[in-house]
Amino acid sequence: MEHTHTVEGHEHQEHEGSTKTIWKTFWILLCVTVVEVALAFLHLETGFPSRLVLNAIFVGLTVVKAFFIVAEFMHLRHEIKNLILTILIPLMLFVWFIIAFLADGDSWKNMRKDLAPGAPRQELPAVHTEEGHH
Amino acid sequence: MMWYFLMSDAFTFGALLISYGTIRFMSTSWPDPNEVFRSFPLMGHAHMPLVFVSLMTFILIMSSVTMVLAVHAGHHRNQKDVAKWLIWTIIGGIAFLSCQAWEWTHLFHEGAWWGRNPFSNVNGTVASTNFTNFFFTITGFHGLHVTSGVVLNIVILANVLKGTYEQRGHYEMIEKVGLYWHFVDLVWVFVFTCFYLL
Repeated sequence: MEHTHTVEGHEHQEHEGSTKTIWKTFWILLCVTVVEVALAFLHLETGFPSRLVLNAIFVGLTVVKAFFIVAEFMHLRHEIKNLILTILIPLMLFVWFIIAFLADGDSWKNMRKDLAPGAPRQELPAVHTEEGHH
Repeated sequence: MMWYFLMSDAFTFGALLISYGTIRFMSTSWPDPNEVFRSFPLMGHAHMPLVFVSLMTFILIMSSVTMVLAVHAGHHRNQKDVAKWLIWTIIGGIAFLSCQAWEWTHLFHEGAWWGRNPFSNVNGTVASTNFTNFFFTITGFHGLHVTSGVVLNIVILANVLKGTYEQRGHYEMIEKVGLYWHFVDLVWVFVFTCFYLL
């Protein structure tokens, strides 16, 4: 009982100051988006962050934005632990989905390249002759 | 309950986006988003990649903020503020949908539609219709979610104005619809990254 009371008290305190948190979250989301767009333009103008690095940054920043939306706007951070786990554990499946499916797509691409008419027969002997020279 | 519905919805969107990713990974080349999404309303042929979609993102994040403020006002049982913020949220949702309608119309006039892709790949080869099929399906599915979100918002706004929640003694309904609205925003964050940035 005592425990639940302290939790409720804590929640009330947070409601008082929460308009501030809301706007803070908004500025974070806005800044992250602006940074993303700025990086995209930087890449278009100078080609500086290479495509791979850029994509990694974009994916990372997307996860950051997703975290803030779910934790603050959807209030999940302030829910009880069981609800948080109920939501997050099934979503872990996505980690596997993404790895598995993207790897699958990539292997398809390689097969299409390697098995394209003409392509492999020229490539494979070429490797062999190179090794033969050494 | 809303959380469980949102989780199933997350898997639906996740499946769509992952299939998009798989197809993109297995294609040897893909159209450049900076070439496809380069236009801005009333700017003619000006080359402005990302600007319009950033505006759309901004509108949706903004409407998410007004929704939290509505929920916040609901905690304080402030009927007038709830109504005010809900109206702003609805305006934001309609603005986003209008932007999307413009973008779709514009792309349609450029010859893009399901089964038709006028844009060529980055390496100059003719692109398959995968690009447009995925783009219209996923943004369309998201747009449908925004539309139903706007409808839900209008329904609860009517209830707020009628005083239904005041009689009930709490504004929990605002929170539930708010969750759905934020989820729509969350999905857009991923759609934005997957289609426009990567």
